[in-house]
Amino acid sequence: MENILEIKNLNVYYGVIHAIKDVSFTVRQGEIVTLIGANGAGKTTTLQTITGLIPPRSGEIIYHGKSINKIPGHKLVSQGMAHVPEGRRVFADLTVYQNLMLGAYTRTDKAGIDDDLEMVYTRFPRLKERVNQPAGTLSGGEQQMLAMGRALMSKPRMMLMDEPSMGLSPIYVNEIFDIIRKINEDGVTILLVEQNANKALNIANRAYVLETGRIVLEGDAKQLLTDPQVKAAYLSE
Amino acid sequence: MASFLTYLISGISLGAVYAIIALGYTMVYGIAKMLNFAHGDVIMIGAYVAFLIFSTLGLNPILAVIVSMLACTVLGITIERIAYKPLRGASSLSVLITAIGVSYFLQNSALLIFGADSKTFTSLVSFPPIKLMGGSVVISSVTIVTILASVIIMIALTTFINKTRTGQAMLAVSADKGAATLMGIDVNRTIAITFAIGSALAAIAGILLCSAYPALSSTTGAMPGIKAFTAAVFGGIGSIPGAMIGGLVMGIIENLSKAYISSQLADAIVFGVLIVVLLVKPTGLMGKKIQEKV
Ligand SMILES: Nc1ncnc2c1ncn2[C@@H]1O[C@H](COP(=O)(O)OP(=O)(O)OP(=O)(O)O)[C@@H](O)[C@H]1O
Ligand SMILES: [Mg+2]
Repeated sequence: MENILEIKNLNVYYGVIHAIKDVSFTVRQGEIVTLIGANGAGKTTTLQTITGLIPPRSGEIIYHGKSINKIPGHKLVSQGMAHVPEGRRVFADLTVYQNLMLGAYTRTDKAGIDDDLEMVYTRFPRLKERVNQPAGTLSGGEQQMLAMGRALMSKPRMMLMDEPSMGLSPIYVNEIFDIIRKINEDGVTILLVEQNANKALNIANRAYVLETGRIVLEGDAKQLLTDPQVKAAYLSE
Repeated sequence: MASFLTYLISGISLGAVYAIIALGYTMVYGIAKMLNFAHGDVIMIGAYVAFLIFSTLGLNPILAVIVSMLACTVLGITIERIAYKPLRGASSLSVLITAIGVSYFLQNSALLIFGADSKTFTSLVSFPPIKLMGGSVVISSVTIVTILASVIIMIALTTFINKTRTGQAMLAVSADKGAATLMGIDVNRTIAITFAIGSALAAIAGILLCSAYPALSSTTGAMPGIKAFTAAVFGGIGSIPGAMIGGLVMGIIENLSKAYISSQLADAIVFGVLIVVLLVKPTGLMGKKIQEKV
C-alpha cells in the first residue's frame, strides 16, 4: 500500500529542549496507526509538527509524496489533513453548529457541506440534539465528539487524533473508539495518539512506541499487544 | 428640560464617535490580544485625508469619506504588517511600547506633512438642523448623521461577524489561534482584516469627530483615542456591544458633567466613573474573563 504520510528523521526543539529526536515513521493509505507513549514522550509535539503548528528543526514530513515542511498549517486542511487536537479545543462560546461549520471553513461546495453535516449528525446524534448550544456547555465526551465532527466537516483523507479518550468515562471511551473504527472504515487514514495503549493497539493496524522523544519500538499492533516490554510499560491495568 | 435634552443628545453623539473608535480597539484586542495605542492617531490621519479631499481640493464629501476610509485601511494593514506582525509571540509589554512608538510616529509625521498650525475642518455634513419642541431643542445635522452612522456600523458589524465566513473566522482566531489554524483559517490574514476594518471605522470616526469639533491638528486623535479605549475597557474589552455601550455612556457622562458640574472636571469625572466600574466589575460591563495575551 502507498504511504500517505512519511516522517523522516524529524527533530523538534522547544528552545534548548530536544523534544523529538530523529523520529521516523510511516502511515499507509487506509491504515490506523497508533503512536503510544507516556506523558511527555512527545506525542502531541509530533502531531503539532506534522500539521504545521510547530516548525521542525530538521527532518522531512512527506504527505502524498510531497514535502509539507514549508507549507503553513492552515493550508493542509484543504489538502485533506485534519487534526483533532489534544484537549479537544472546541470554540467554547460558539454553538455546536458554528463549530461544525468552522470545520468546513476551507470548503465552498455548499451541497457537499450539507451532506457532511447530515453525516456528522447521523454519526453523533447527540450533537444534533444540541446544535444551538454553546460548545462550552457540552460534556467532555460530547466535546470530543464535536471536535471529531468538526474535523470530519473538512472532508479529510487523513485524520490525526490526539488522545481522543482522555478524561472520558469507560462507556464514552468505547463509543469513541467505535467511532474511530467507523471513520476509518469509511476510507479515512488515521494516525492515533493514545495513552490508552490497550484500546489503541486493539483497533490499530500498526503501532510505534515513543519514549522521551525517540521511537523505541514499532510493529504490528496485535503483536505489540503481546510484547512483554509493551505489556510491562503500557498495558498494566 | 429642553437644555437637558440638548446636552443629552450631543452627549449621545459624542458617545457614538467614542463607540465607533472603541469598536476598533476592542476588535483588535479581541483578535490580536493587543492594545493598539496608535488607533487614535489613525483617526487623525483619516480626518486629514478627508480635509485634503473636501476642503483643499474641493471635491465631493462622499468621495472624501471613501478615500479617507481606503487610506486608513491601507495604513492600518501597513502598521500591522510592519510594526506588530514581527512581534507575534513577543511579550505584551514589547507590543505596547511598539504601539506607543507607532502613535508618536503618526503624530510627528502629520506634524511634518501638515504643519503645526491647526486646520479648521469644514463639516462634511451640510443639511439643515432639526428643531424639536417648538425650536427649543436644536439637533444639528452632524449629530443626526453621527448617531445614525454608529447604529448602522453596529448592525453591519454584528451581521458581518455572525453571518459571514470571515466573521466566524475572526471569532475562531479570537478564541484559539492554534485551533483556528487547524480549521484552515489563515490567522495572519484574519488579523490583517481586523486591522483593516478597525482602521476604516477610525476614518469615519475622525470625519464625524472633526465635523462636530472642527479643530484639526496632529494630536486631534490622541484624547478621543484614550477616551474610546477607556470606553472599550468600561464596556468590557473584546466585546462589541460593550464598546458600543461603553462609548455611549462615556459620551453622555462627559457632556452632562461639562454642562452641569464643571467643564474642567468633566474628564476627571469620566475616568472616575471608569475606576468605580472597574472596581466593582473588573472585566467591564459586558466583559467575560480577562484574557492575557499568550
Ligand atoms: N510549549 C512547550 N515549551 C517547552 N517544552 C514543551 C512545550 N510543550 C511540550 N514541551 C515538552 O516537550 C516534551 C514533549 O511534550 P508533548 O506534549 O509532546 O508530550 P505528550 O507525549 O503529548 O505528553 P502527554 O501524554 O502528557 O500529552 C515534554 O518534555 C514537554 O515538557
Ligand atoms: Mg500530548
